[in-house]
Amino acid sequence: MASKSLRQEFFKGVWDENPIFRQLLGMCPTLAVTNAVINGLAMGLATAFVLIFSSIVVAAIKKLIPSQVRIASYIVVIATFVTMADRFLAAFFPPISKSLGPYVPLIVVNCIILGRQEAFSSKNSVGRAFIDALGMSTGFIIALLILSSIREILGSGTWLGHQVLGSWFEPWIIMILPPGAFLTLGILLGLIMVIDRKLQRSV
Amino acid sequence: MELLAIFISAILINNFVLHYFLGICPFLGVSKKLDSAISMGLAVTFVMTITAVVSWIINHWVLIPYKLEYLQIVSFILVIASLVQLVEMFIRKTSPPLYQALGIYLPLITTNCAIMGLALLAALKNYNFMETVVFGVGSGLGFTLAIVLMAGIRERLDLADVPEPLKGAGIALIVAGIMALGFFGFSGMIK
Repeated sequence: MASKSLRQEFFKGVWDENPIFRQLLGMCPTLAVTNAVINGLAMGLATAFVLIFSSIVVAAIKKLIPSQVRIASYIVVIATFVTMADRFLAAFFPPISKSLGPYVPLIVVNCIILGRQEAFSSKNSVGRAFIDALGMSTGFIIALLILSSIREILGSGTWLGHQVLGSWFEPWIIMILPPGAFLTLGILLGLIMVIDRKLQRSV
Repeated sequence: MELLAIFISAILINNFVLHYFLGICPFLGVSKKLDSAISMGLAVTFVMTITAVVSWIINHWVLIPYKLEYLQIVSFILVIASLVQLVEMFIRKTSPPLYQALGIYLPLITTNCAIMGLALLAALKNYNFMETVVFGVGSGLGFTLAIVLMAGIRERLDLADVPEPLKGAGIALIVAGIMALGFFGFSGMIK
């Protein structure tokens, strides 16, 4: 692991170990808030904030935490940053905070964040933990953007609130409802597998 | 009547898995075999009911009187984590057969977002004590229903000819989508 360059550390989160498409972690917010691009983006940024700062803090204090209570300590660190993100959104972006509802506080149980602390930050330096968190967050945000773009364009004919498909287009309401989330992600996973196999064959 | 409405809507209409997307991890991870799905469902229902009670007490007797609502996230997650530990120890002492049946699924529940979601949603909806308890039991049963149905379908899916790239999580998500579509049929039941 130590032999990896910082560049590789960053890009593994984007493709090879993409939290959503590869590790299938953090599915709840992924499916729940991707009915519009703005929600997906807000969720991605909030999660990135929490992940990056918790990784830095955990990597910095890893020697102080006895291993028996490490999970509980990580959770307290994460919960602190989640509370900050939640209050911040509620104060500055009330409409977004309202439409994300309970899913902002639920970042605290997002398995990506706890998973990275346990698997990476607790064993690596602050710098590496930061790069790793940055890569994972980028991968997460990209995945949320892809998913929410597909759902918003097909489900309401808009992208970030702008009309992209003409008036001839009859929106597929189902795409912004829960079943659309499951179907889109299922098909996307299949596509990623196909692309990956093509890539591996060409190498 | 009000309570009955909350109960039914928690099971069928606002199903935790298919409507709120909470508890997707166990829903996809533990739904390969029917009997483990049943154990997981029971364990979740059990913990959800207790969480509903305890989180309501914490919220209404401690956090709200002292104006500490901003500590909701931290206190709920700590309560849930310690609660699961306590429940585990209690069951191990009092009912070994039940402990055997639940096995590994009990500790896994701590990281199940459905439990945290239940505490937050009940606080968000401002339910009174009885409503919170009914909401907890109903949501647990709703989760059980979804995961058991899913396991039944997946056991059959093993024999089906699924396209190679969709094997595993892909087809499971598509099945879940179709199930969610089916559950939409219930949405007109309660206004």
